[in-house]
This record gives sequence, C-alpha cells and structure tokens, in this order.
Amino acid sequence: MDLAFSSDELAFRDEVRAFIAENYPAALRGKQDLGEELGREDYLLWHRVLHARGWVAPAWPKEYGGPGWNATQRYIFSEELARADTVPVLPFGINMVGPVIYTFGTDAQKARFLPRILSGEDWWCQGYSEPGAGSDLASLRTRAERDGDHYIVNGQKTWTTLAQHADWGFFLVRTDPAAKPQEGISFLLIDMKSPGITVRPIITLGGEHEVNEVWLENVRVPVENRVYEENRGWTCAKFLLAHERTGIAGVARSKRGLERLKGLAAAEPDSHGQPLIRNPFFRRKLAEVEVDLAALEYTELRTLASEASGRGPGPESSLLKIKGTEIQQRLTELTLEAAGHYAAPYFRTFPEGHNEYPIGPGFAHRAAPTYFNMRKTSIYGGSNEIQRNIIAKMVLGL
Amino acid sequence: MDFNFSETQSMLRDTLRRYLAEAYDFDRRQAMLASPVRRDPGIWKALATELGILGAPFAERHGGFGGGPVDSMVIMEELGRAIACEPYLPTVVIGGGALELAGGPLGDSLIPGIISGDIIIAFAWAERQARYNIANLRTRASADGAGWALSGEKAVVIGAPYATHFLVSARTGGTDDEAAGVSLLLVPADAPGIARRDYLTVDGHLASELSFENAKAGADALIGAEGHALPLLEELFDRAAAATCAEAAGTMRRLHELTLDYARQRTQFGQPIGKFQVIQHRLVDMFMEVEQAVSLTYMATLKLGLPAPERARAVSQAKARIARGARFLGQSAVQIHGGIGITNELAAGHYFKRLTMLESAFGDADFHFGRIEEAISAEAA
Repeated sequence: MDLAFSSDELAFRDEVRAFIAENYPAALRGKQDLGEELGREDYLLWHRVLHARGWVAPAWPKEYGGPGWNATQRYIFSEELARADTVPVLPFGINMVGPVIYTFGTDAQKARFLPRILSGEDWWCQGYSEPGAGSDLASLRTRAERDGDHYIVNGQKTWTTLAQHADWGFFLVRTDPAAKPQEGISFLLIDMKSPGITVRPIITLGGEHEVNEVWLENVRVPVENRVYEENRGWTCAKFLLAHERTGIAGVARSKRGLERLKGLAAAEPDSHGQPLIRNPFFRRKLAEVEVDLAALEYTELRTLASEASGRGPGPESSLLKIKGTEIQQRLTELTLEAAGHYAAPYFRTFPEGHNEYPIGPGFAHRAAPTYFNMRKTSIYGGSNEIQRNIIAKMVLGL
Repeated sequence: MDFNFSETQSMLRDTLRRYLAEAYDFDRRQAMLASPVRRDPGIWKALATELGILGAPFAERHGGFGGGPVDSMVIMEELGRAIACEPYLPTVVIGGGALELAGGPLGDSLIPGIISGDIIIAFAWAERQARYNIANLRTRASADGAGWALSGEKAVVIGAPYATHFLVSARTGGTDDEAAGVSLLLVPADAPGIARRDYLTVDGHLASELSFENAKAGADALIGAEGHALPLLEELFDRAAAATCAEAAGTMRRLHELTLDYARQRTQFGQPIGKFQVIQHRLVDMFMEVEQAVSLTYMATLKLGLPAPERARAVSQAKARIARGARFLGQSAVQIHGGIGITNELAAGHYFKRLTMLESAFGDADFHFGRIEEAISAEAA
C-alpha cells in the first residue's frame, strides 16, 4: 500500500493542470463567476476542447477513443477538473449511453454513435423514469410494438434532464407485456427529432428548466437502433445504473465545494462579529464534512483499485452514491446557512437588463436554489432508499 | 395547567382556516405570485374587515379583542398551514407589539389603523454585518431640528414593498453592538431619503433592501426611550421568533399531512409506498417533530411574559429545535415525494421552500443554541 503519487503520476497531474489553465474558455469562467445559467453551447464549448485533446471520455477503452488511462490517472484527471471548477462534461453520452453502446452494441452502432458522442455533435438524454415508474423502474409501461423493421413507440417519460437540447435519447421500453417486468424490456436509441415526440418543461423549485416530460406518440424507431437483444434491455439498464453510481460520488467536486465554502465562511460574519469560520458551531460542521469526505474519498479509491484489478463496478458503488450525495447536499445546507438573510432574495425577480450589484454577498443568491435543486441527488439514479436495499440484498445477503 | 383554547380562539382558528383554504388555494396562490404585483392586497383587507381578526391580540381600549400572544399564535399557525404571505408578523406582532409595549400617543393613534388593515408595518432590523445580532447596528439616527434623520442600510426587509411604515432599529449613540445607544423609530414608508430595492423572496414573499440617506422622521417617530430601546427590541425579537415557531409548526403539520396522503396513494412495487417500513419510519419521525414543534411553540408563547432571561431561553429552546425540525420535515417530504417534490407543480415543494426560510428567520439553530449555551455558562459561573 502506498498513498503517494509516483513521479509519473505527478508529471501527469501537472500536464493536466497546465492544459486546463491554458485552455479553459474564459467566457465560461466569466459566466460561472457571475452564477449565470449555462446553455447548450456553454456545455459544448468545454466538451469540444477536451475532445480535441482526446480527454473527453477518460473511462472509455482506447479502441473507442478513450485516452487509455488507468484508474489513478482518471482519478487525478477528475481531481484537476474539479480543482479548476470546470463545467462538468454532461454524463448522458459519455458516462451513460457510450459505455452501453461499446459494451453491448453492434459494430455498426459503435461506428455510428460513438464518434458523435465524443465530439459532442449528438446531445443525449435519458428516457428511463415514467410517472408511474420511479424507484420501481421495471414497472415501466412505454410500449414498443414491432411493425416490420420498425418499432412503434407510445408512452411517457419524465425527469428527462436537458431533453430540450437533445438530439438523441436512450429509452427503456416494454417489448413484451406478457413477460415478467424485467424480462420484457428493450433498450432503444431514439432520434429526438422523430415525429411524435413532444418535450415539455418541468420547472423545479429554484425556477430552473432542467428536467422535462417526454411524450412519445406513434414514434417510429428502426429496429437497428435497438441495443442488445430484444427483451434483454434490463441488462443494459443495470449496467448503466452501476456506472452512473460511481460518477455520482462526486468526491473531487465536493472537495472543491468544501474549499469554496471555507472561503465564504472566512468572509462572512457570524452573529458575534467574527468570521463565520471562527465560529465554533460552524467550524465543527466544516470539520465534519472534511472527515466525511476523507472517508468517501478513500472508499472510492479502494473501489477504483479493485476495478483496476479487473472487477467492474459492483453493488458497492451504491455506498459511493449514498455518501457522495449526502455530502453534496450537506455542502448546500451549509452554504445556505452561511448566506443567512441573503438566502431569501429570489434572483429571477431582480430587474432584468439592469446592471445592478447583486443583493448581499455574491454567492448568496444561488444558495437557496442550489440547496433546493440538490435534493434531487438523493432521489435520482436510484433513490438512496433503493441503494440501501441494493446493499442489503447484494452485499449483505439479507 | 390548561392547554385548551378558549372558545373565541377556537372560532378564530376555524374561521381563519376556512378562509385561507380558499384564498390560498394552491392554484390561486401560484397565480397570485405570478401576477405583476405578486400579491393580493384584498386578502389583508379581508382579514381586517370581513374576518376582523387583526385586533385579536390588542387591548380593547384600542379597538382590539383583548387577547394576547396565544391569539397571535393561533393566527400564525393557520397562516403557516396555508403558506400565506400576509404581513401579520411584522405588522401586528412586531409593529403592534412595539406600539403597545412602548405606550404613549403614537400607539393610540396608529393601532386602530393596524386593526382596520390600513397600516402595514415592515420590521427593518437586519444589517449585513450583523447576521442575527439585533444590537449590531450601523444605521444611525440623529436629532434633526424637531425630528430625526436616519442614515444606513437595512437588509431583507420582509413586506417593505407594500408597507406604509418601517419600524427601524438604529443607533442614536454607542458603536458596534453596545447595549446603550439603541433606539427604535417608526418611519412612514414614503419619508424623503428612503430608497428601496424590491424583490420577491424564494418562498414567495416580497422584500426590499432599504437605504436611508438622511431620511427625515418626525419627533413622534421614536418608540421607547432614546438610546435605551434594546430591551424593547429584544422583547420584540423574542415575540417574533415565537410567532415564527407557530408559523413553522402550522407549515410542518400541513406538510406532514400532504406527505402522508402522497405515501398512501403513490404505488410502487405493487403497493402504496406508505407500506414500506423505511417510509413509515420517516413519516413517524416527521410526526414526532411536528408534535414537539407544537409543544415548544406553546411553551415559548406562554413564557413570553416572563423576565427577559427566562423568556429568551424558552424562545431559543423552541426556535433551535424547530429550525432543525423544519429542515427535517422539508427534506423528508421532498424525499418521500421523489422527483415531483422538487418541482413547482405540487404544494409540497412550496412548503419545503417556506420551511427553509423559517429555519433561519429570527435566528437559525446555531444562533439559538448559542443563546442557550451562554445561559448555561452564566449558570455555571
């Protein structure tokens, strides 16, 4: 056992750090500093820079366009991205459907879709949850019926993140209504511009348009867009959920978030006129997050190490999801506390087009919306209750 | 010992609940918040005239019903239950309370206007450098001819955009958070020298940043003794915190009901999710928080008349616990609702937002635990 990085690893870290420093788009930095919402092009701007360098899909095998890094290099890379507070690369193509396609797809599907995922030409969204199928995903009812060399798809999906920008979606659909719930599902890739698809916004508590309802009405999907065998889509779904869970720990981002929070706490006064960071209650809470993060970080590193020795992400990744999201949520709670009175002003009602100073400290106007928004993390990707069920069943054998 | 409400208080609660259920029906509330003025002034007027409840805590000689803090508690709980955005707390509990506690001709002339709904007061106490310390004041008031001139900035003044008067804490002497030199003034909202920056809050209230630049107020603006108003300000703060507890208790109770309903009707894995033990236990923990919030609200409200140290301690016990309970209720309700809980489409999310703001209103958990710790240290010394 050895915790220290080798000289090669340190050199790699410096290379990544220098690349980000030299190539991160200044326009994005400006928007982030002002707490502005990011649009489609903002996300793609950084995606394209990473793609040009061959670094946009750190976990992909080299033959499909990954950089061929080992687990430690991937860890260092994500640490450096977080440290520089870059916009995240959206997970739907790179972390979700990409690995499903290169693991289960045909050669034709790999050739058609993988390069466009890497380049960012195709924006992907995820058609999993339905109004009646949330935690109980396998009860999904969106139907796909065979009509020659097409499927005809009818149904409704929900919580479809950023579907308003999507070119393609990967959908779980029921192809055999007579089979047991998990056995009659197929995994389809659907062109979001197909006739019969309607995307409707769902506005969340902070006023964001991040998620959508997607309605499918007699949508014709070529059979060649089915990944893996008919009625075996649940295998892809489970594989993808396990992948989604590791990324979800967000250790590096949370470390960066904690640093930022410490900075805010050093600048904001407590009720005794001293900096909040010197307030014993608040400082203790910072210390607790620091400890929780160390525990999560080294648990993730152990998981990565065992993955590097050939085991794919298993049910242990549920632990990373639970603890990772709890820490992310805790950071938003503490930021809200630090904002104090200034958590209240709702920034979407500030006069538009006026170049006015923000109300209160600069971070405060995002504190409450972010706190509200991040409640999603213990719900999505399999709720934390479901994750505990997985650990109980799969790890503990209960 | 008696924890029963009087017949008048029970009637007050029932009438108000019925009225608010309609006036703050979810769709109507949403439409109101989206309207250009972001509120419906008719509701406040109806509370004053149609329901006639704004006089509940005031003395009969001012045209009130001769009630007190318990009546305001009943009203605040109902406002909380409906997540109503009405200025009862700043106008009646704080503004009216200040006028009654201070006595004198200003109260005689203004309280009837509060009861009739014509006078609306916003409480301008918070300052950016002070967090929850009411004595930490940089706003200054100085004698100006026969009256006063105010200068300084006040933060997140709830209800200010539509208030007729501002109740302003300011220094007439001393510095930082010294006890001496604190004064309280009631200033007409349209006094020259006051600038507002208005906005909606995340939970649907209207508020302003206020800046006073040599703002003029008359000689009669002073409430209480010049430079010695801190005890009065502390009493108002405690009353406000207790009333906030009552509001939170009402909001928590309703959110628990909504979540219980949802858990009964939402089906996953072939049964209502309320059948799963993990959900049941969470709903039970929520229930226990609600009951304790109500108990502590009663305790704090009934102790508002005690000497300052006991009063403050009881209020802090209630607010510290309820701040945590409010957070637990909001987060748990969202978790049990799942995705729909973080949308604007269901009432639960709006209760969560309101509870989040009530957590820190008039002091968050850390602030109130801190006050209790100081009291414990004083005992040990």
